[in-house]
Amino acid sequence: MSKCMPDVKLLTAGEYGLVIEFAAEISPAVNRLVQQVAGLLAGSSINGIIEMVPTYRTIMIYFDPFMITRQELTACIERLLGGIDCESSQVTGAKTVYVPVCYGGVLGPDLEYVARYTGLAAAEVIVLHTAVPYLIYMLGFTPGFPYLGGLPAQLTVPRQEKPRVKVPAGSVGIGGSQTGLYPVESPGEWWLIGRTPVKAFNPKNSQPFLFSPGDYLHFYAISVDEYFAIRRQVEAGTYIPRICQGSEGDTK
Amino acid sequence: MITVIQQGLFTTVQDEGRWGYQAYGLPVAGMMDRYSGRIVNMLAGNKEQAAVLEMTGLGAVFKFDEEQFVAVGGADMGVRVNGTAVPNWSAFFVPKNGEVRFAEVVSGYRSYMAVRGGIDVPVVLGSRSTCVKAGVGGYEGRPLRQGDVLAIGQQGQGQHREQILPDDFVPTYDNKITVRVILGPQHTMFSEEVMADFFAKPYTVTKQADRVGYRLTGTRILPIGKADIISDAMYQGAIQIASHGMPFIMLADHQTTGGFAKLGYVIQSDLPKIAQVKTGDSIRFCCVNEAEALVALREEQQVYRVVSDIVAR
Repeated sequence: MSKCMPDVKLLTAGEYGLVIEFAAEISPAVNRLVQQVAGLLAGSSINGIIEMVPTYRTIMIYFDPFMITRQELTACIERLLGGIDCESSQVTGAKTVYVPVCYGGVLGPDLEYVARYTGLAAAEVIVLHTAVPYLIYMLGFTPGFPYLGGLPAQLTVPRQEKPRVKVPAGSVGIGGSQTGLYPVESPGEWWLIGRTPVKAFNPKNSQPFLFSPGDYLHFYAISVDEYFAIRRQVEAGTYIPRICQGSEGDTK
Repeated sequence: MITVIQQGLFTTVQDEGRWGYQAYGLPVAGMMDRYSGRIVNMLAGNKEQAAVLEMTGLGAVFKFDEEQFVAVGGADMGVRVNGTAVPNWSAFFVPKNGEVRFAEVVSGYRSYMAVRGGIDVPVVLGSRSTCVKAGVGGYEGRPLRQGDVLAIGQQGQGQHREQILPDDFVPTYDNKITVRVILGPQHTMFSEEVMADFFAKPYTVTKQADRVGYRLTGTRILPIGKADIISDAMYQGAIQIASHGMPFIMLADHQTTGGFAKLGYVIQSDLPKIAQVKTGDSIRFCCVNEAEALVALREEQQVYRVVSDIVAR
C-alpha cells in the first residue's frame, strides 16, 4: 500500500461493514486523506457499496455482502489506495461556508463567562473566534452537526460540568478545545457564545445539509438586526448561504 | 383514511429506513423489527418499500373511514376488529367505519400493522420513516397522537386474501434471548478474560431502552486501557462499551458516530429479536464468525422468498 499510509488498516464492522482506518490520530493531513479516498470511492464503479461515512480518521463502508464479498471489496480498496500519489494529495469539492453569528446577549449567554475564563475582552473572543476557518473533520451527533478543528488555543474553556438539557438550535459554542454549532435542539455541554440564524440541517431544502465532511466553516459576526433579517430569509426559503469553493488556506 | 383514536405508548410510521445520509449525521431509522415489518407488508400485498405502523408496548386504536385490507404481526397485542379478536400474523378486511384496536402487549414488545397501499406520509430524503430525534419523516416527524389522520397509498401490488401466516414462520418471543455477535473493530481493547465473561453471563435490559438503543446492565466489561476512541461511525447492532463498562446496543435511531470502543456487532438477522425484548428482559451473547452471520442472512432472505410465494398463492 501507499507510502503515505503506513498504518492503514481494514477492519470488520459487522457483516455489512468495512472500516478503513488510516491512522490513530486526529490531524488535518489524515482527514484530508480520508476525504480524498472517500471521494475516489464515491466516484469508483465498485458495485455493492450502500453508503459511506467518513470520520476523523476512518471511512466506514456499508456494503451488500450478496453483491460484493468482503474479499472482493478489500481487493478493490487496496488497489485504489495503492494508486494514490501522496505527493499530490488533493481533495476536490471542498468549500468554505460562511456562517453568520450574533455573539453575546441572550443569544450567546456564556460569552461573558468565556471572556472572564480566558482573560480576554468579549470583543477579543469574537475577533479570535471569527479569525480563522475551521476544518469540518466530520458530521455526527445530530443531523448536520460539524466536528470542527482549529480553535485558537486562547479560546480553550473546559466544558460545563452539568450539560444543558436543551440547547436551542443554531447555538454556537465552545467546549474544551472544540467549537461548533448545534443544528437542532439537543442536550449539550458547551458554553454558548452566540447563535446563527442559518439552518445547518433543513430537510425542506434541496440541499438539506449546509456542510459536508472536509469543508471549512468560517464564522462572522452580525448584529441582532442582521440576525433577524437573515432568519426571516431562512424561514421564507430565500436565504442563500455565503459559500466559496476551496479553502482560504489552500495554495492553489 | 385512518384516524388515530388512541395513540398507544409510542406509535410511528416506519419503512426500510433513510439510507445515504449518515455521513451528514442523519440516523437511518426504519422498522426496529424488519422481519415483522416485511412479513406484514407481504401479507397485506404491499411492496417491500411500503410504510407500516410500529407500535411499542401498548398498541393504538384506529378508525377506518373506508374498507381496507390490513395485516398485523410482531408482538401480540390482542388485536380486535370491531370488538372481535383476530389472530396475530394474519391479514383481513376491515369494514367501512371499522375500528382496529391493539391492546397491551401479551408477548414481544413491538407490533406492526400494514395497510394495503402503505401508510402515505410524505417521502422525506427518500424514506417515510419517522426519526423523532431529527424531527424528520413519518407524521410531522413525531409519534402519532390522538386525532391524527393518515392517508393510505394506492401502491398495492400482490395478491391479497384473508389468511393466517403458517406457524413455521411465526417467531416465538421470550423474555430471555440469545443473540449472535461478530467481534468488532475494537475487541482487542478487552482482555480475553473480560471477553469470556461477556459471552458467559446474561445482561439485563435497563430502562434506557428505546429506538436509539438499549443500555444493558450486568457484568462490567472494562477495557485494558481507556474505553474512548477517536469518534467514528456507528451501525445498527454495534455493541458499544462506555467508560462505566456497561454495553449499549445501537438500534434504528442511533447516532451516526460514537466515541467508545465497539466490542462487536449483533448480527443483522438477530436484530429483530432485540426489538422484541424490553426493560427487565435478559440478553445473552454468543460469538460467531462472519461466515455464520452470512448463512443466517441467506436463510432470512430465503424465508422472505418462501413466505412471499405462500402469501401470493
